[in-house]
Amino acid sequence: MYTQALNQRDAAPAATPEDAAALARFQARIDADERIEPNDWMPAAYRRTLVRQISQHAHSEIIGMQPEGNWITRAPSLRRKAALLAKVQDEGGHGLYLYAAAETLGVSREELSAQLLSGAAKYSSIFNYPTLSWADIGAIGWLVDGAAIMNQIPLCRCSYGPYARAMIRVCKEESFHQRQGYELMLALSRGTAEQKAMAQDALNRWWWPCLMMFGPPDSESQHSDQSMRWGIKRFSNDALRQKFVDATVPQGHFLGLSFPDPALRYDAEAGHWRFGAIDWAEFRRVLAGDGPCNRQRLETRRRAEAEGAWVREAALAHAAKRRARAATPPLAAE
Amino acid sequence: MTTITLAEPPRVLHALRLADTTLVLGHRLSEWTGQAPMLEEELALANMGLDLIGQARALYTHAAALDGQGRTEDDLAYFRDAPQYRNLLLAEQPNGDFAQTMLRQFLYAAFALPFWNAMAASADAVLAAIAAKAEKEMAYHQRHSAAWVVRLGDGTAESHARLRAALDALWPFTGEMFEVDEAERGLIAQGIAIDPAALRPAWEASIARVFAEATLPLPAAGRWMQSGGHHGRHGEHLGHLLAVMQSLPRAYPDARW
Ligand SMILES: [Fe+2]
Ligand SMILES: [Fe+2]
Repeated sequence: MYTQALNQRDAAPAATPEDAAALARFQARIDADERIEPNDWMPAAYRRTLVRQISQHAHSEIIGMQPEGNWITRAPSLRRKAALLAKVQDEGGHGLYLYAAAETLGVSREELSAQLLSGAAKYSSIFNYPTLSWADIGAIGWLVDGAAIMNQIPLCRCSYGPYARAMIRVCKEESFHQRQGYELMLALSRGTAEQKAMAQDALNRWWWPCLMMFGPPDSESQHSDQSMRWGIKRFSNDALRQKFVDATVPQGHFLGLSFPDPALRYDAEAGHWRFGAIDWAEFRRVLAGDGPCNRQRLETRRRAEAEGAWVREAALAHAAKRRARAATPPLAAE
Repeated sequence: MTTITLAEPPRVLHALRLADTTLVLGHRLSEWTGQAPMLEEELALANMGLDLIGQARALYTHAAALDGQGRTEDDLAYFRDAPQYRNLLLAEQPNGDFAQTMLRQFLYAAFALPFWNAMAASADAVLAAIAAKAEKEMAYHQRHSAAWVVRLGDGTAESHARLRAALDALWPFTGEMFEVDEAERGLIAQGIAIDPAALRPAWEASIARVFAEATLPLPAAGRWMQSGGHHGRHGEHLGHLLAVMQSLPRAYPDARW
Protein backbone atom coordinates (compact mmCIF):
# COMPACT_ATOMS: atom_id res chain seq x y z
CA MET A 1 0.00 0.00 0.00
CA TYR A 2 -0.62 2.75 -1.02
CA THR A 3 -0.45 5.76 -3.11
CA GLN A 4 -2.74 8.61 -2.19
CA ALA A 5 -3.51 11.58 -4.34
CA LEU A 6 -2.44 14.41 -2.08
CA ASN A 7 -2.33 16.92 -4.90
CA GLN A 8 0.54 18.88 -3.53
CA ARG A 9 1.66 21.67 -5.77
CA ASP A 10 5.17 21.29 -7.12
CA ALA A 11 7.06 23.68 -4.89
CA ALA A 12 10.23 24.17 -6.90
CA PRO A 13 10.93 27.23 -9.03
CA ALA A 14 8.90 26.79 -12.19
CA ALA A 15 10.91 28.97 -14.48
CA THR A 16 14.18 27.16 -15.09
CA PRO A 17 14.25 27.74 -18.82
CA GLU A 18 14.27 24.30 -20.36
CA ASP A 19 14.72 23.83 -23.99
CA ALA A 20 11.25 24.32 -25.45
CA ALA A 21 12.05 21.85 -28.17
CA ALA A 22 13.09 19.21 -25.64
CA LEU A 23 9.87 19.77 -23.69
CA ALA A 24 7.84 19.41 -26.84
CA ARG A 25 9.64 16.19 -27.78
CA PHE A 26 9.08 14.87 -24.26
CA GLN A 27 5.37 15.69 -24.36
CA ALA A 28 5.09 14.07 -27.78
CA ARG A 29 6.57 10.85 -26.42
CA ILE A 30 4.08 10.88 -23.55
CA ASP A 31 1.20 11.59 -25.93
CA ALA A 32 2.34 8.66 -28.07
CA ASP A 33 2.10 6.50 -24.93
CA GLU A 34 5.83 5.79 -24.86
CA ARG A 35 7.52 4.88 -21.58
CA ILE A 36 10.10 7.26 -20.17
CA GLU A 37 13.17 5.42 -18.87
CA PRO A 38 15.72 6.54 -16.24
CA ASN A 39 18.37 7.75 -18.69
CA ASP A 40 15.94 9.63 -20.90
CA TRP A 41 15.71 13.39 -20.75
CA MET A 42 12.83 14.58 -18.60
CA PRO A 43 11.70 17.95 -17.25
CA ALA A 44 12.92 18.65 -13.72
CA ALA A 45 9.36 19.07 -12.47
CA TYR A 46 8.37 15.67 -13.89
CA ARG A 47 11.26 14.12 -12.00
CA ARG A 48 10.34 15.91 -8.75
CA THR A 49 6.68 14.97 -9.05
CA LEU A 50 7.57 11.32 -9.54
CA VAL A 51 10.10 11.25 -6.71
CA ARG A 52 7.49 12.75 -4.40
CA GLN A 53 4.72 10.38 -5.48
CA ILE A 54 6.80 7.20 -5.55
CA SER A 55 8.47 7.92 -2.21
CA GLN A 56 5.13 8.73 -0.56
CA HIS A 57 3.88 5.46 -1.92
CA ALA A 58 6.93 3.61 -0.56
CA HIS A 59 6.60 5.26 2.85
CA SER A 60 2.94 4.25 2.94
CA GLU A 61 3.87 0.61 2.37
CA ILE A 62 6.37 0.76 5.22
CA ILE A 63 4.17 2.62 7.71
CA GLY A 64 1.27 0.38 6.66
CA MET A 65 3.12 -2.61 8.10
CA GLN A 66 2.43 -1.29 11.60
CA PRO A 67 -1.37 -1.38 11.92
CA GLU A 68 -1.51 -4.89 10.46
CA GLY A 69 1.61 -6.05 12.25
CA ASN A 70 -0.28 -5.19 15.42
CA TRP A 71 -2.33 -8.42 15.02
CA ILE A 72 0.24 -10.95 13.77
CA THR A 73 1.01 -12.29 17.24
CA ARG A 74 -2.73 -12.53 18.00
CA ALA A 75 -4.02 -14.03 14.77
CA PRO A 76 -6.69 -16.53 15.82
CA SER A 77 -5.65 -19.47 13.65
CA LEU A 78 -2.35 -20.70 12.26
CA ARG A 79 -3.64 -20.28 8.71
CA ARG A 80 -4.57 -16.64 9.38
CA LYS A 81 -1.30 -16.04 11.18
CA ALA A 82 0.74 -17.25 8.22
CA ALA A 83 -1.44 -15.31 5.76
CA LEU A 84 -1.11 -12.06 7.72
CA LEU A 85 2.63 -12.41 8.19
CA ALA A 86 2.99 -13.07 4.46
CA LYS A 87 0.80 -10.08 3.63
CA VAL A 88 2.75 -7.69 5.81
CA GLN A 89 5.93 -9.09 4.28
CA ASP A 90 4.52 -8.34 0.81
CA GLU A 91 3.94 -4.73 1.86
CA GLY A 92 7.57 -4.49 2.96
CA GLY A 93 8.55 -5.89 -0.44
CA HIS A 94 6.40 -3.23 -2.15
CA GLY A 95 8.29 -0.61 -0.14
CA LEU A 96 11.53 -2.09 -1.37
CA TYR A 97 10.60 -2.05 -5.11
CA LEU A 98 9.22 1.45 -4.80
CA TYR A 99 12.35 2.81 -3.14
CA ALA A 100 14.31 1.13 -5.94
CA ALA A 101 12.05 2.80 -8.54
CA ALA A 102 12.61 6.17 -6.82
CA GLU A 103 16.36 5.56 -6.84
CA THR A 104 16.30 5.38 -10.65
CA LEU A 105 15.39 9.09 -10.48
CA GLY A 106 18.62 9.91 -8.67
CA VAL A 107 17.56 9.98 -5.03
CA SER A 108 18.82 7.48 -2.45
CA ARG A 109 16.74 5.31 -0.14
CA GLU A 110 18.62 6.84 2.83
CA GLU A 111 17.57 10.35 1.83
CA LEU A 112 13.97 9.28 1.39
CA SER A 113 13.96 7.41 4.67
CA ALA A 114 15.38 10.47 6.43
CA GLN A 115 12.51 12.54 5.01
CA LEU A 116 10.01 10.08 6.44
CA LEU A 117 11.64 10.03 9.87
CA SER A 118 11.91 13.82 10.07
CA GLY A 119 8.21 14.13 9.29
CA ALA A 120 8.94 16.05 6.08
CA ALA A 121 7.52 13.34 3.82
CA LYS A 122 3.89 12.32 3.75
CA TYR A 123 2.34 8.88 3.64
CA SER A 124 -1.22 7.71 3.18
CA SER A 125 -3.55 9.10 5.85
CA ILE A 126 -5.25 5.72 6.29
CA PHE A 127 -2.41 4.28 8.36
CA ASN A 128 -2.89 6.83 11.09
CA TYR A 129 -5.97 4.95 12.26
CA PRO A 130 -5.66 2.16 14.84
CA THR A 131 -6.43 -1.54 14.38
CA LEU A 132 -8.66 -2.28 17.36
CA SER A 133 -9.97 -5.76 16.65
CA TRP A 134 -9.16 -8.78 14.52
CA ALA A 135 -11.89 -7.68 12.09
CA ASP A 136 -9.78 -4.64 11.25
CA ILE A 137 -7.38 -7.00 9.51
CA GLY A 138 -10.21 -8.13 7.25
CA ALA A 139 -11.43 -4.57 6.74
CA ILE A 140 -7.96 -3.35 5.78
CA GLY A 141 -7.48 -6.12 3.24
CA TRP A 142 -10.93 -5.70 1.75
CA LEU A 143 -11.20 -1.90 1.81
CA VAL A 144 -7.71 -0.42 2.06
CA ASP A 145 -6.07 -2.84 -0.37
CA GLY A 146 -9.24 -2.53 -2.47
CA ALA A 147 -8.89 1.26 -2.60
CA ALA A 148 -5.18 0.91 -3.28
CA ILE A 149 -5.94 -1.27 -6.31
CA MET A 150 -8.34 1.33 -7.73
CA ASN A 151 -5.64 3.97 -7.35
CA GLN A 152 -2.82 1.83 -8.63
CA ILE A 153 -4.23 -0.12 -11.59
CA PRO A 154 -4.03 3.04 -13.75
CA LEU A 155 -0.42 3.49 -12.58
CA CYS A 156 0.51 0.25 -14.34
CA ARG A 157 0.30 2.44 -17.48
CA CYS A 158 2.18 5.34 -15.89
CA SER A 159 4.50 7.13 -18.32
CA TYR A 160 7.54 6.42 -16.14
CA GLY A 161 8.68 2.88 -16.97
CA PRO A 162 10.18 1.75 -13.63
CA TYR A 163 7.12 2.94 -11.68
CA ALA A 164 4.71 1.32 -14.14
CA ARG A 165 6.57 -1.99 -13.97
CA ALA A 166 6.71 -1.93 -10.15
CA MET A 167 2.96 -1.30 -10.10
CA ILE A 168 2.20 -4.34 -12.24
CA ARG A 169 3.79 -6.62 -9.68
CA VAL A 170 2.40 -4.70 -6.70
CA CYS A 171 -1.16 -4.71 -8.06
CA LYS A 172 -1.13 -8.50 -8.46
CA GLU A 173 -0.27 -8.86 -4.80
CA GLU A 174 -2.72 -6.18 -3.66
CA SER A 175 -5.57 -7.94 -5.39
CA PHE A 176 -4.64 -11.15 -3.61
CA HIS A 177 -4.66 -9.20 -0.32
CA GLN A 178 -8.04 -7.75 -1.17
CA ARG A 179 -9.59 -11.17 -1.79
CA GLN A 180 -8.01 -12.56 1.35
CA GLY A 181 -9.34 -9.64 3.42
CA TYR A 182 -12.81 -10.08 2.01
CA GLU A 183 -12.73 -13.80 2.76
CA LEU A 184 -11.76 -12.97 6.35
CA MET A 185 -14.74 -10.58 6.59
CA LEU A 186 -16.97 -13.26 5.14
CA ALA A 187 -15.88 -15.75 7.82
CA LEU A 188 -16.65 -13.19 10.53
CA SER A 189 -19.97 -12.11 9.09
CA ARG A 190 -21.07 -15.75 8.80
CA GLY A 191 -19.77 -16.48 12.31
CA THR A 192 -21.05 -15.87 15.84
CA ALA A 193 -22.99 -12.75 16.83
CA GLU A 194 -19.83 -11.35 18.41
CA GLN A 195 -17.82 -11.92 15.24
CA LYS A 196 -20.46 -10.25 13.12
CA ALA A 197 -20.50 -7.28 15.50
CA MET A 198 -16.71 -7.08 15.19
CA ALA A 199 -16.98 -7.02 11.38
CA GLN A 200 -19.66 -4.30 11.46
CA ASP A 201 -17.65 -2.17 13.87
CA ALA A 202 -14.58 -2.45 11.65
CA LEU A 203 -16.56 -1.37 8.58
CA ASN A 204 -18.01 1.55 10.55
CA ARG A 205 -14.56 2.78 11.48
CA TRP A 206 -12.70 2.18 8.20
CA TRP A 207 -15.28 3.19 5.60
CA TRP A 208 -14.91 6.97 5.63
CA PRO A 209 -11.11 7.00 6.02
CA CYS A 210 -10.96 4.66 3.00
CA LEU A 211 -12.98 7.09 0.87
CA MET A 212 -10.44 9.76 1.86
CA MET A 213 -7.63 7.61 0.44
CA PHE A 214 -8.54 8.92 -3.03
CA GLY A 215 -7.58 12.44 -2.02
CA PRO A 216 -9.46 15.75 -2.06
CA PRO A 217 -12.47 16.29 -4.33
CA ASP A 218 -11.82 17.31 -7.93
CA SER A 219 -13.28 20.76 -7.18
CA GLU A 220 -10.24 21.41 -4.97
CA SER A 221 -7.58 19.67 -6.98
CA GLN A 222 -6.95 21.34 -10.32
CA HIS A 223 -3.22 20.82 -9.74
CA SER A 224 -3.54 17.27 -10.95
CA ASP A 225 -3.94 18.56 -14.53
CA GLN A 226 -0.18 18.55 -15.00
CA SER A 227 0.06 14.96 -13.73
CA MET A 228 -2.64 14.01 -16.23
CA ARG A 229 -0.75 15.65 -19.11
CA TRP A 230 2.38 13.79 -18.05
CA GLY A 231 0.63 10.45 -17.99
CA ILE A 232 1.26 9.99 -14.27
CA LYS A 233 -2.37 10.28 -13.34
CA ARG A 234 -5.13 8.94 -15.58
CA PHE A 235 -8.37 9.38 -13.66
CA SER A 236 -9.56 12.08 -11.29
CA ASN A 237 -9.83 11.51 -7.54
CA ASP A 238 -13.62 11.64 -7.61
CA ALA A 239 -13.85 9.24 -10.56
CA LEU A 240 -11.69 6.67 -8.75
CA ARG A 241 -13.59 7.16 -5.50
CA GLN A 242 -16.90 6.56 -7.27
CA LYS A 243 -15.52 3.44 -8.94
CA PHE A 244 -14.45 2.12 -5.54
CA VAL A 245 -17.82 2.82 -3.94
CA ASP A 246 -19.66 1.16 -6.82
CA ALA A 247 -17.52 -1.97 -6.54
CA THR A 248 -17.51 -2.15 -2.75
CA VAL A 249 -21.07 -1.43 -1.65
CA PRO A 250 -22.56 -4.61 -3.14
CA GLN A 251 -19.71 -6.61 -1.56
CA GLY A 252 -20.60 -5.16 1.84
CA HIS A 253 -24.26 -5.98 1.35
CA PHE A 254 -23.36 -9.55 0.41
CA LEU A 255 -21.62 -9.76 3.80
CA GLY A 256 -24.87 -8.64 5.44
CA LEU A 257 -23.19 -5.51 6.75
CA SER A 258 -24.42 -1.95 6.56
CA PHE A 259 -22.41 1.14 5.64
CA PRO A 260 -22.12 4.01 8.11
CA ASP A 261 -23.70 6.45 5.65
CA PRO A 262 -27.44 7.21 5.88
CA ALA A 263 -27.24 9.01 2.52
CA LEU A 264 -25.98 5.96 0.64
CA ARG A 265 -28.45 5.03 -2.13
CA TYR A 266 -28.40 3.51 -5.58
CA ASP A 267 -28.96 5.90 -8.46
CA ALA A 268 -30.41 3.49 -11.00
CA GLU A 269 -30.42 6.03 -13.79
CA ALA A 270 -26.71 6.80 -13.49
CA GLY A 271 -25.82 3.27 -12.37
CA HIS A 272 -23.87 4.58 -9.38
CA TRP A 273 -24.03 4.36 -5.61
CA ARG A 274 -24.42 7.92 -4.29
CA PHE A 275 -22.80 8.59 -0.96
CA GLY A 276 -22.95 11.29 1.70
CA ALA A 277 -20.56 14.16 2.40
CA ILE A 278 -16.98 13.28 3.33
CA ASP A 279 -15.59 15.07 6.38
CA TRP A 280 -12.69 16.82 4.68
CA ALA A 281 -11.79 18.61 7.90
CA GLU A 282 -10.90 15.21 9.35
CA PHE A 283 -8.83 14.37 6.28
CA ARG A 284 -6.84 17.62 6.57
CA ARG A 285 -6.41 17.12 10.31
CA VAL A 286 -5.02 13.59 9.88
CA LEU A 287 -2.68 14.69 7.08
CA ALA A 288 -1.48 17.59 9.22
CA GLY A 289 -0.41 15.17 11.93
CA ASP A 290 -3.37 14.96 14.28
CA GLY A 291 -4.81 11.57 13.38
CA PRO A 292 -5.21 9.04 16.19
CA CYS A 293 -1.85 7.33 15.51
CA ASN A 294 0.40 9.76 13.58
CA ARG A 295 2.82 10.25 16.45
CA GLN A 296 2.84 6.56 17.35
CA ARG A 297 3.56 5.49 13.76
CA LEU A 298 6.54 7.82 13.37
CA GLU A 299 7.81 7.08 16.85
CA THR A 300 7.81 3.33 16.10
CA ARG A 301 9.67 3.89 12.82
CA ARG A 302 12.22 6.17 14.48
CA ARG A 303 12.79 3.70 17.29
CA ALA A 304 13.33 0.79 14.88
CA GLU A 305 15.75 2.93 12.87
CA ALA A 306 17.66 4.05 15.97
CA GLU A 307 17.79 0.58 17.50
CA GLY A 308 19.02 -0.88 14.23
CA ALA A 309 21.84 1.61 13.80
CA TRP A 310 24.47 -0.57 15.46
CA VAL A 311 23.50 -3.50 13.21
CA ARG A 312 23.91 -1.45 10.04
CA GLU A 313 27.22 -0.07 11.32
CA ALA A 314 28.43 -3.59 12.09
CA ALA A 315 27.50 -4.78 8.59
CA LEU A 316 29.41 -1.89 7.02
CA ALA A 317 32.41 -2.40 9.31
CA HIS A 318 32.52 -6.09 8.48
CA ALA A 319 32.25 -5.45 4.74
CA ALA A 320 35.12 -2.94 5.01
CA LYS A 321 37.26 -5.48 6.89
CA ARG A 322 36.61 -8.08 4.20
CA ARG A 323 37.54 -5.67 1.45
CA ALA A 324 40.72 -4.73 3.28
CA ARG A 325 41.64 -8.39 3.74
CA ALA A 326 40.98 -9.13 0.08
CA ALA A 327 43.13 -6.18 -0.97
CA THR A 328 46.14 -7.21 1.15
CA PRO A 329 46.51 -10.96 0.88
CA PRO A 330 48.86 -12.46 3.46
CA LEU A 331 52.36 -13.08 2.08
CA ALA A 332 52.48 -16.53 0.64
CA ALA A 333 54.74 -18.83 2.61
CA GLU A 334 57.22 -20.36 0.24
CA MET B 1 -13.76 -25.65 24.07
CA THR B 2 -11.64 -25.79 27.21
CA THR B 3 -7.97 -26.46 27.74
CA ILE B 4 -6.68 -29.68 26.17
CA THR B 5 -4.39 -32.09 27.91
CA LEU B 6 -3.51 -34.82 25.44
CA ALA B 7 -2.74 -38.38 26.25
CA GLU B 8 0.71 -38.46 24.74
CA PRO B 9 1.72 -41.81 23.39
CA PRO B 10 5.30 -41.54 22.08
CA ARG B 11 4.46 -40.71 18.46
CA VAL B 12 2.07 -37.91 19.44
CA LEU B 13 4.55 -36.56 21.96
CA HIS B 14 7.33 -36.63 19.39
CA ALA B 15 5.29 -34.77 16.78
CA LEU B 16 4.14 -32.24 19.38
CA ARG B 17 7.67 -31.51 20.49
CA LEU B 18 8.65 -30.68 16.94
CA ALA B 19 5.46 -28.73 16.28
CA ASP B 20 5.71 -26.67 19.45
CA THR B 21 9.36 -25.80 18.87
CA THR B 22 8.74 -24.63 15.32
CA LEU B 23 5.61 -22.66 16.25
CA VAL B 24 7.15 -20.94 19.24
CA LEU B 25 10.28 -19.99 17.31
CA GLY B 26 8.22 -18.86 14.30
CA HIS B 27 6.04 -16.77 16.58
CA ARG B 28 9.12 -15.16 18.10
CA LEU B 29 10.39 -14.20 14.65
CA SER B 30 6.99 -12.75 13.76
CA GLU B 31 7.30 -10.44 16.77
CA TRP B 32 9.98 -8.56 14.81
CA THR B 33 7.49 -7.24 12.25
CA GLY B 34 8.06 -3.52 11.77
CA GLN B 35 11.09 -3.46 14.10
CA ALA B 36 13.91 -4.88 11.98
CA PRO B 37 17.15 -2.92 11.56
CA MET B 38 16.69 -2.75 7.77
CA LEU B 39 13.99 -3.50 5.26
CA GLU B 40 15.84 -6.51 3.81
CA GLU B 41 15.92 -8.08 7.28
CA GLU B 42 12.24 -7.33 7.76
CA LEU B 43 11.64 -9.60 4.77
CA ALA B 44 14.18 -12.24 5.85
CA LEU B 45 12.79 -12.53 9.38
CA ALA B 46 9.29 -12.89 7.98
CA ASN B 47 10.52 -15.56 5.54
CA MET B 48 12.05 -17.60 8.33
CA GLY B 49 9.00 -17.09 10.56
CA LEU B 50 6.73 -18.26 7.73
CA ASP B 51 8.86 -21.36 7.13
CA LEU B 52 8.66 -22.32 10.80
CA ILE B 53 4.93 -21.65 11.12
CA GLY B 54 4.40 -23.72 7.99
CA GLN B 55 6.40 -26.59 9.48
CA ALA B 56 4.38 -26.27 12.70
CA ARG B 57 1.08 -26.49 10.83
CA ALA B 58 2.09 -29.70 9.09
CA LEU B 59 3.41 -31.18 12.33
CA TYR B 60 0.28 -30.29 14.34
CA THR B 61 -1.91 -31.74 11.64
CA HIS B 62 0.14 -34.92 11.85
CA ALA B 63 0.01 -34.95 15.67
CA ALA B 64 -3.76 -34.52 15.53
CA ALA B 65 -4.06 -37.43 13.09
CA LEU B 66 -1.89 -39.64 15.30
CA ASP B 67 -3.95 -38.57 18.32
CA GLY B 68 -7.10 -39.65 16.47
CA GLN B 69 -9.54 -37.54 18.51
CA GLY B 70 -10.69 -35.38 15.61
CA ARG B 71 -8.74 -32.35 16.77
CA THR B 72 -7.26 -29.73 14.44
CA GLU B 73 -3.93 -27.94 14.21
CA ASP B 74 -5.54 -24.94 15.86
CA ASP B 75 -6.95 -26.95 18.78
CA LEU B 76 -3.42 -28.09 19.54
CA ALA B 77 -1.80 -24.69 19.11
CA TYR B 78 -4.40 -22.56 20.84
CA PHE B 79 -5.93 -24.69 23.58
CA ARG B 80 -2.97 -26.19 25.37
CA ASP B 81 -1.48 -24.35 28.35
CA ALA B 82 2.24 -23.80 28.85
CA PRO B 83 2.79 -27.01 30.88
CA GLN B 84 1.41 -28.97 27.89
CA TYR B 85 3.79 -27.24 25.48
CA ARG B 86 6.75 -29.45 24.57
CA ASN B 87 9.04 -26.99 22.78
CA LEU B 88 12.77 -26.60 23.29
CA LEU B 89 13.59 -23.86 25.78
CA LEU B 90 15.86 -22.25 23.19
CA ALA B 91 12.84 -21.49 20.99
CA GLU B 92 10.94 -19.59 23.68
CA GLN B 93 13.84 -17.30 24.67
CA PRO B 94 12.89 -13.67 24.06
CA ASN B 95 14.07 -11.93 20.91
CA GLY B 96 16.33 -9.56 22.81
CA ASP B 97 18.31 -7.49 20.33
CA PHE B 98 19.09 -8.45 16.74
CA ALA B 99 22.25 -10.27 17.89
CA GLN B 100 20.27 -12.46 20.26
CA THR B 101 17.63 -13.25 17.65
CA MET B 102 20.16 -14.13 14.95
CA LEU B 103 22.31 -16.18 17.29
CA ARG B 104 19.26 -18.07 18.56
CA GLN B 105 18.33 -18.74 14.93
CA PHE B 106 21.82 -19.93 14.12
CA LEU B 107 22.12 -22.23 17.16
CA TYR B 108 18.78 -23.78 16.24
CA ALA B 109 19.30 -23.94 12.47
CA ALA B 110 22.73 -25.54 12.83
CA PHE B 111 20.88 -28.33 14.65
CA ALA B 112 17.67 -28.39 12.62
CA LEU B 113 19.43 -28.70 9.26
CA PRO B 114 21.11 -32.06 9.99
CA PHE B 115 18.07 -33.06 12.07
CA TRP B 116 15.60 -32.74 9.19
CA ASN B 117 18.14 -34.19 6.80
CA ALA B 118 18.20 -37.36 8.90
CA MET B 119 14.43 -37.29 9.51
CA ALA B 120 13.82 -37.36 5.76
CA ALA B 121 14.55 -41.09 6.05
CA SER B 122 11.93 -41.59 8.81
CA ALA B 123 9.79 -44.71 8.63
CA ASP B 124 6.84 -42.35 9.16
CA ALA B 125 6.16 -41.21 5.59
CA VAL B 126 4.39 -38.04 6.72
CA LEU B 127 7.29 -36.99 8.92
CA ALA B 128 9.72 -37.85 6.13
CA ALA B 129 7.87 -35.56 3.72
CA ILE B 130 7.74 -32.73 6.27
CA ALA B 131 11.45 -33.23 6.88
CA ALA B 132 12.40 -33.08 3.21
CA LYS B 133 10.75 -29.66 2.90
CA ALA B 134 12.02 -28.40 6.26
CA GLU B 135 15.58 -29.36 5.41
CA LYS B 136 15.62 -27.06 2.39
CA GLU B 137 14.17 -24.25 4.46
CA MET B 138 16.64 -24.71 7.29
CA ALA B 139 19.56 -24.58 4.88
CA TYR B 140 18.55 -20.98 4.16
CA HIS B 141 18.05 -20.19 7.88
CA GLN B 142 21.48 -21.58 8.62
CA ARG B 143 23.15 -19.59 5.85
CA HIS B 144 21.38 -16.38 6.67
CA SER B 145 21.86 -16.51 10.42
CA ALA B 146 25.49 -17.67 10.14
CA ALA B 147 26.25 -14.72 7.86
CA TRP B 148 24.88 -12.37 10.51
CA VAL B 149 26.78 -14.08 13.33
CA VAL B 150 29.96 -13.49 11.31
CA ARG B 151 29.07 -9.86 10.51
CA LEU B 152 28.18 -9.02 14.08
CA GLY B 153 31.06 -10.93 15.64
CA ASP B 154 33.61 -9.46 13.24
CA GLY B 155 31.88 -6.07 12.91
CA THR B 156 32.25 -3.30 15.47
CA ALA B 157 33.23 -3.48 19.13
CA GLU B 158 29.59 -2.92 20.04
CA SER B 159 28.22 -5.66 17.80
CA HIS B 160 30.87 -8.07 19.07
CA ALA B 161 29.99 -7.29 22.70
CA ARG B 162 26.28 -7.71 22.01
CA LEU B 163 26.86 -11.05 20.30
CA ARG B 164 28.94 -12.29 23.22
CA ALA B 165 26.22 -11.27 25.67
CA ALA B 166 23.70 -13.14 23.53
CA LEU B 167 25.89 -16.22 23.50
CA ASP B 168 26.20 -16.10 27.26
CA ALA B 169 22.40 -15.91 27.57
CA LEU B 170 21.57 -18.62 25.01
CA TRP B 171 24.29 -21.23 25.38
CA PRO B 172 22.74 -22.98 28.41
CA PHE B 173 19.67 -23.81 26.27
CA THR B 174 21.59 -25.68 23.58
CA GLY B 175 22.19 -28.93 25.46
CA GLU B 176 18.51 -29.84 25.46
CA MET B 177 18.47 -30.28 21.69
CA PHE B 178 20.53 -33.47 22.00
CA GLU B 179 18.61 -35.11 24.84
CA VAL B 180 16.78 -38.38 24.33
CA ASP B 181 14.23 -39.83 26.73
CA GLU B 182 12.49 -43.23 27.03
CA ALA B 183 9.56 -42.11 24.89
CA GLU B 184 11.85 -41.34 21.95
CA ARG B 185 14.17 -44.29 22.37
CA GLY B 186 11.47 -46.67 21.20
CA LEU B 187 10.72 -44.48 18.18
CA ILE B 188 14.40 -44.34 17.31
CA ALA B 189 14.51 -48.15 17.37
CA GLN B 190 11.54 -48.23 14.98
CA GLY B 191 13.18 -45.77 12.61
CA ILE B 192 10.46 -43.17 13.16
CA ALA B 193 12.61 -40.73 15.12
CA ILE B 194 16.33 -40.15 14.86
CA ASP B 195 18.85 -40.03 17.65
CA PRO B 196 19.66 -36.33 18.12
CA ALA B 197 22.79 -37.18 20.11
CA ALA B 198 24.27 -38.43 16.83
CA LEU B 199 23.93 -34.91 15.38
CA ARG B 200 26.14 -33.31 17.98
CA PRO B 201 29.42 -33.59 16.01
CA ALA B 202 27.87 -31.94 12.94
CA TRP B 203 26.36 -29.18 15.08
CA GLU B 204 29.62 -28.57 16.93
CA ALA B 205 31.51 -28.40 13.65
CA SER B 206 29.12 -25.74 12.29
CA ILE B 207 29.36 -23.75 15.49
CA ALA B 208 33.16 -23.94 15.54
CA ARG B 209 33.48 -22.91 11.89
CA VAL B 210 31.14 -19.94 12.14
CA PHE B 211 32.37 -18.76 15.54
CA ALA B 212 35.96 -18.84 14.28
CA GLU B 213 35.01 -16.62 11.38
CA ALA B 214 33.06 -14.39 13.77
CA THR B 215 36.08 -14.17 16.13
CA LEU B 216 33.75 -15.43 18.84
CA PRO B 217 35.32 -17.73 21.46
CA LEU B 218 33.60 -21.07 21.99
CA PRO B 219 32.04 -21.35 25.45
CA ALA B 220 34.00 -23.53 27.85
CA ALA B 221 32.90 -27.17 27.87
CA GLY B 222 30.98 -28.48 30.83
CA ARG B 223 28.81 -25.45 31.45
CA TRP B 224 25.47 -26.32 33.10
CA MET B 225 22.72 -26.92 30.57
CA GLN B 226 19.07 -26.08 31.24
CA SER B 227 16.46 -28.63 30.35
CA GLY B 228 12.77 -29.40 30.73
CA GLY B 229 11.03 -27.95 27.68
CA HIS B 230 10.31 -31.38 26.21
CA HIS B 231 8.53 -32.27 29.45
CA GLY B 232 6.54 -29.05 29.80
CA ARG B 233 8.82 -27.38 32.31
CA HIS B 234 9.43 -23.95 30.81
CA GLY B 235 10.83 -20.59 31.78
CA GLU B 236 8.69 -17.58 32.59
CA HIS B 237 8.55 -16.25 29.04
CA LEU B 238 6.43 -18.93 27.39
CA GLY B 239 3.32 -18.13 29.43
CA HIS B 240 3.32 -14.57 28.14
CA LEU B 241 3.87 -15.66 24.56
CA LEU B 242 0.92 -18.06 24.77
CA ALA B 243 -1.28 -15.52 26.58
CA VAL B 244 -0.92 -13.20 23.59
CA MET B 245 -1.02 -15.87 20.89
CA GLN B 246 -4.04 -17.74 22.28
CA SER B 247 -6.07 -14.74 23.42
CA LEU B 248 -8.70 -14.60 20.67
CA PRO B 249 -9.63 -18.29 20.37
CA ARG B 250 -9.80 -18.50 24.17
CA ALA B 251 -12.01 -15.40 24.43
CA TYR B 252 -14.39 -16.70 21.74
CA PRO B 253 -14.17 -20.48 22.05
CA ASP B 254 -17.18 -21.10 19.78
CA ALA B 255 -15.90 -18.99 16.93
CA ARG B 256 -14.45 -20.21 13.62
CA TRP B 257 -12.03 -17.77 12.10
FE1 LIG C 1 1.29 -2.85 -0.79
FE1 LIG D 1 -1.51 -4.93 0.21
